Amino acid sequence: MIEVRNIVTAFGDHVVHDGVSFTVKEGEIYGLLGGSGSGKTVLMREIILLNRPKSGEIRVGGKEILTLSESQKQALRLQWGVLFQFGALFSSLNVLENVMIPLQEYTDLPEDFIEEMARMKLRMVGLPEHAVYLAPSELSGGMKKRVGLARALALDPRILFLDEPTSGLDPASARAFDGLIMELRALLGITVVMVTHDKDTIEKVLDRFIILGQGKVQAEGSYKELLVRHPALMQRFME
Amino acid sequence: MQTLIDLHNTPHCSTLVCQGEWTHATVAAVLRGSWWKKTQKRVEVDFAGIVRMDTSGAMAWLHVKETLEALGVEVQSKGMSPSVEHLVALCQTHKYAPKEAAVAKKTLEDFFVLLGERAEALWKAFLSFASFAGGALESFAKTLTRPHKIRFRATLYHLEQSGLNALPIIAITAFLIGVVIAYQGAVQLEKFGANIFIVEMVGIAAARELAPMIVAIVIAGRSASAFTAQIGVMKITDEVDAMKTMGFGPWEFLVLPRVLALVVALPLLVLFGDAVAIFGGMIVARAELGISFVEFVDRFEETVALKHVVIGLIKAPIFGLIIALIGCYRGFQISSSTESVGKYTTISVVNAIFWVIAFNALFSVLLTELDI
Repeated sequence: MIEVRNIVTAFGDHVVHDGVSFTVKEGEIYGLLGGSGSGKTVLMREIILLNRPKSGEIRVGGKEILTLSESQKQALRLQWGVLFQFGALFSSLNVLENVMIPLQEYTDLPEDFIEEMARMKLRMVGLPEHAVYLAPSELSGGMKKRVGLARALALDPRILFLDEPTSGLDPASARAFDGLIMELRALLGITVVMVTHDKDTIEKVLDRFIILGQGKVQAEGSYKELLVRHPALMQRFME
Repeated sequence: MQTLIDLHNTPHCSTLVCQGEWTHATVAAVLRGSWWKKTQKRVEVDFAGIVRMDTSGAMAWLHVKETLEALGVEVQSKGMSPSVEHLVALCQTHKYAPKEAAVAKKTLEDFFVLLGERAEALWKAFLSFASFAGGALESFAKTLTRPHKIRFRATLYHLEQSGLNALPIIAITAFLIGVVIAYQGAVQLEKFGANIFIVEMVGIAAARELAPMIVAIVIAGRSASAFTAQIGVMKITDEVDAMKTMGFGPWEFLVLPRVLALVVALPLLVLFGDAVAIFGGMIVARAELGISFVEFVDRFEETVALKHVVIGLIKAPIFGLIIALIGCYRGFQISSSTESVGKYTTISVVNAIFWVIAFNALFSVLLTELDI
């Protein structure tokens, strides 16, 4: 589904990625891990066309994305949904409108049907009924993430990108969020790529992941494989 | 394109064939169509031809099903693949069932209720501003007894930002105002041969009314907006709360320096504006009416009483107070959303300009009635 080959990224003299490669298979929940400043988020931003690497190749669904025309990029953007770390909801719109807007812009579905869809998605991510008319500023951090997820799911993406989906949530909410993501994958067959630090998420949710460090991929594999192959690295990382 | 839904009627039972891609890009045709509603009392729905279905597709199917059931039709489906069945079940569980909302009719009574609510809101807004202004005054009184509490550095910083840096724009606007009055006046005065009266005209109009007004309006546009946005962003990022927890009062740290800066800066700016506006008038007087600079200044000394300049200067700090208080007050009203920064900044500038003009009108009437 996603193939990343030999990515090199540098900000001025500071080299963030020095030949990073990995492959995400269809239907997988894939993690990008690493210490602070190891370039996890930058890597994800490169895949979703927000940053541009200095060199390397990124293929999404078989297409090389760095050489696409603007209209091809636009078509690609409709195939993925992105949840930013703090939700990044549009502050001028209420919760319901935030989820309705992708459908309003990109489909010709009738307005009341779009509203029904948005309400369904919001219930699916577990937002309480009374919150749908609130402004984003009136929501708690966890609720913002839920709404952000509902908005990312609005167009039924094939790939979902999540930037630290459980950070800032209380443990119970974080586990509920994990469960939600697993359920979505099972029911909708979405491929998920996430940046995360959460130990429970890493252990229970991720199918495979990479650990970034010193600009390189230090390890790639499933939790159980890596425990065997890189015990020292895993111990340092999971402590 | 193949139709997504096809209806085959037999005398006793209808068959609906659902086929193709049921996605958000395509199902609008189903939702907007009505041909599939003309069924018999029993319908069998065949899903074998579905290629792909997303949540929009599933919701569209639920819509079809509910519409038919509402018409009293018995619906049976077959041939659903397990994944489609899952998807439909998921959408069914989370589908929002709207409660019957009572549609309220607008009556005359509602109008008065609304009027009352608005009036009360206006009164509350006035009270809250009055309490804000009172707070500023109280903290000012407190710092008077402990002058070391005054934030001199912050005050000087705002004096530079709001006063010194405003000089170029004030010079240009005041100059243009001086030129405009003199120019328009020159044409009229020349008709009567009363050329020399241009001095009184420019001098009194500029010093007493126009320079203070123009300066206040420019500062309201520059500084009221800046104060609101600065304080508002500090509120959004919790800086204001952080200050409170550390025992730094927002009054002493945020409000007083800004208020003091404008109260000090405005008279100085008005004096500068007076000079520039009159200079503009002098240039026009020489070019259009042949009154030399020396003649102009002599006449000015003789006929324009000092009181006109003084009145302008007395109004200035009051305008400064109004602008700074409104700017800060609106800043503290900003809460937690980036959108409200823009909203309150606009309100703050509009309020500040309005109140400056209103107070100026009040002064003008009052002082003229008192023969000053």
